[in-house]
Amino acid sequence: MIDFALPRYQVRRDAEECVGCGICVRECANGVHVARSGGTAPKADHQKCVNCLRCVLTCPTRALTITRWPQVDGGSAVWTLEYLQDIATQATSGGVLLSSMGNPLPYPVYWDHLLLNASQVTNPSIDPLREPMETRVFLGGRPVALEIDERARTLRSPLPPQVKLDVPIMFSAMSFGSVSLNTQRALAMAACELGTLFNVGEGGLHRDLERYADHAVVQVASGRFGVDPRYLNAGAMVEIKIGQGAKPGIGGHLPGEKITAEVSRTRMIPEGADAISPAPHHDIYSIEDLRQLVFSLKEATRYEKPVAVKIAAVHNAAAIASGMARAGAEVIVVDGFRGGTGAAPKRIRDNVGVPVELALAAIDQRLRDEGIRSTVSVVASGSIRSSADVVRAIALGADAVSCGSAPLIALGCHQCGDCARGRCNWGIATQRPELIERLDPDEGAERVVNLVRAWTHEIQEMMGGMGINAVDSLRGNRLMLRGVGLTDRELDILGVKHAGE
Amino acid sequence: MGTVSAASAANKQEGAQSCSSGFAPAPAERVTLGALHFKEANEQVRQALDRVDDVALEDVRAQRYLGCALPAGKRLRIHGTPGNDLACFMDGGTVEVLGNAQDQVGNTMNAGEVIVHGRCGDAAGYAMRGGRVFIRDGCGWRAGIHMKAYDARQPVVVVGKDAGSFLGEYMAGGVFVVLGETGDYLARGMHGGVIYLKNPPRAGALSDEVVLSRVDDADLAVLAPLLAEYDRLFAAELGYRVSAEASEFFRVTPASSRPYASMYVR
Repeated sequence: MIDFALPRYQVRRDAEECVGCGICVRECANGVHVARSGGTAPKADHQKCVNCLRCVLTCPTRALTITRWPQVDGGSAVWTLEYLQDIATQATSGGVLLSSMGNPLPYPVYWDHLLLNASQVTNPSIDPLREPMETRVFLGGRPVALEIDERARTLRSPLPPQVKLDVPIMFSAMSFGSVSLNTQRALAMAACELGTLFNVGEGGLHRDLERYADHAVVQVASGRFGVDPRYLNAGAMVEIKIGQGAKPGIGGHLPGEKITAEVSRTRMIPEGADAISPAPHHDIYSIEDLRQLVFSLKEATRYEKPVAVKIAAVHNAAAIASGMARAGAEVIVVDGFRGGTGAAPKRIRDNVGVPVELALAAIDQRLRDEGIRSTVSVVASGSIRSSADVVRAIALGADAVSCGSAPLIALGCHQCGDCARGRCNWGIATQRPELIERLDPDEGAERVVNLVRAWTHEIQEMMGGMGINAVDSLRGNRLMLRGVGLTDRELDILGVKHAGE
Repeated sequence: MGTVSAASAANKQEGAQSCSSGFAPAPAERVTLGALHFKEANEQVRQALDRVDDVALEDVRAQRYLGCALPAGKRLRIHGTPGNDLACFMDGGTVEVLGNAQDQVGNTMNAGEVIVHGRCGDAAGYAMRGGRVFIRDGCGWRAGIHMKAYDARQPVVVVGKDAGSFLGEYMAGGVFVVLGETGDYLARGMHGGVIYLKNPPRAGALSDEVVLSRVDDADLAVLAPLLAEYDRLFAAELGYRVSAEASEFFRVTPASSRPYASMYVR
């Protein structure tokens, strides 16, 4: 039987530029570049190329370019080459197609249909270079009303625990196992430097990261890996992971080959065995059960940490979020279907869930309608690509956002989408020592800090342009947004007017 | 083995409380929970445990999270019915229940011991990583789900009578012993640990993810001490012993620690 599988990419080597140094051979863990004797140019095995750009960017003479494989399909818009290839792969193996990173299909990106306002004449814009511009936000539950003893100038009603973010940008959950320890270390150091939080994901807290734990969100997922009282009390906030935007409704399988000795110790599971997170938490079959888990975590942390609950953006997200708030969740995290992942079945990633923009707007509106929006914080994630997306998300109703892909791109990720194979040439989504050491955590942290500082300044500029001097005043301020190219129904759900109105 | 009703009904009476596990010395402090909300109840329990190591809880009426994160050296003796998530995240403490327990006993428990002189509800031992749970009578569905072992920590659950369906689902480590009957969908997704059954599984209950065999000498080295402990804890109140029957048990183990190794393709 002829193997139907075609390469996805073609490696093009400029014969005049290539000096036969062999750096590409050493840099590519996928074995694309094969050395030939006598100092001649290496040969490329196109089939193995994932277009991670490692060879392209490390080639000293810029001799390498990656292009799409030039083979055309039959011209059908239905039976595209990608579908033909997927069917061939499954016909050969019988396997579930595995993919990584977020949904890449051309569904509407609502961020790109939302334009920001600026002040002209009627109220002045603010220059953040010379006037204070507050980017600090607090996450946590809030009482409906505060009782104050005015004579003693003290608070009578106890305030639930809060976490302070100096910037409204956190780093999304990425577990040790799915990413390397150097990746987590870079994000942890950056979070400390920036005064924000990183999220250890569901793989436990590595002992080397305990020093950064006061800037960590510790996650509790269905597998309960690494979860014990010490872990729960180490972090700044505890997050129950119900779902993830890239794979709503399903669990996770970290394959045994990624359960190295260190991953095993951190997750507290045997080395080499699959780490399986079941699709549901088996103690949560309802909102009432969610309340039970929320309060078990509160009991275990003596009510000193905010408890967040993260869901994937799905059809009834608004009603679910209302239930979550009533179940005691103090921070509601909604992750859209373009959010990244180390591994998800391709058909789930590409077909399940909804855009975070719509879910976020619906959640914010629902909580407002029910009069409980002010009692909780809302965090949005899943394809926040720039400071403008952060501003849009906050104006749609988020208190803060979480970013995963953007800081990874700062660390070297080129979105090749091959994380699951564990051979990340940039030292991010891998547990191979020789690849991990390519990522210097200090240098990485500096790059992530640079990125977030630049975004923060841009956010200040955009807010200043609107005449707003605090993120708190931007939150849910949908008058600062106008839609372009959207239907009435879309505008209605987003709660924004069309441009020109 | 018979039904659970007679023994557990007897246990609900005051007189049954004398049949303890040799829990000594007598609790130094008593806290009566009555109709207290779980938050207040747990706060009072914590305050008592800050003062003394052994605390008896009286008139317990389904308050949740009792023994939550209880550390080593601390003991709770519970009279009445503790609520869900008894001994959740427990970290070395000891909890003894003179009565029945509800759902998720020992949820994500790290270390310690739970002894229930009665039955318990669903999902006992969920995600348990260490410690031991002894249930005198039966348990509900999904017991032992996602139990996991790590290093020296080998969680153990012993259930004295019948267990519901989905026992040992996604079980990743540890030891689960059932002295009564088990239900359908036994050990689905099991990829670590071992289940010992006094009676053979129900027909069709096992999938090809697991292997059923008779216990051998290596198993007996694990199983016999657990049955002896069960007898030590409960034989007096039950009126029979089980440890002599260890060699008749069945063993369920996973066929692979990598059940989904060939499920995916890129």
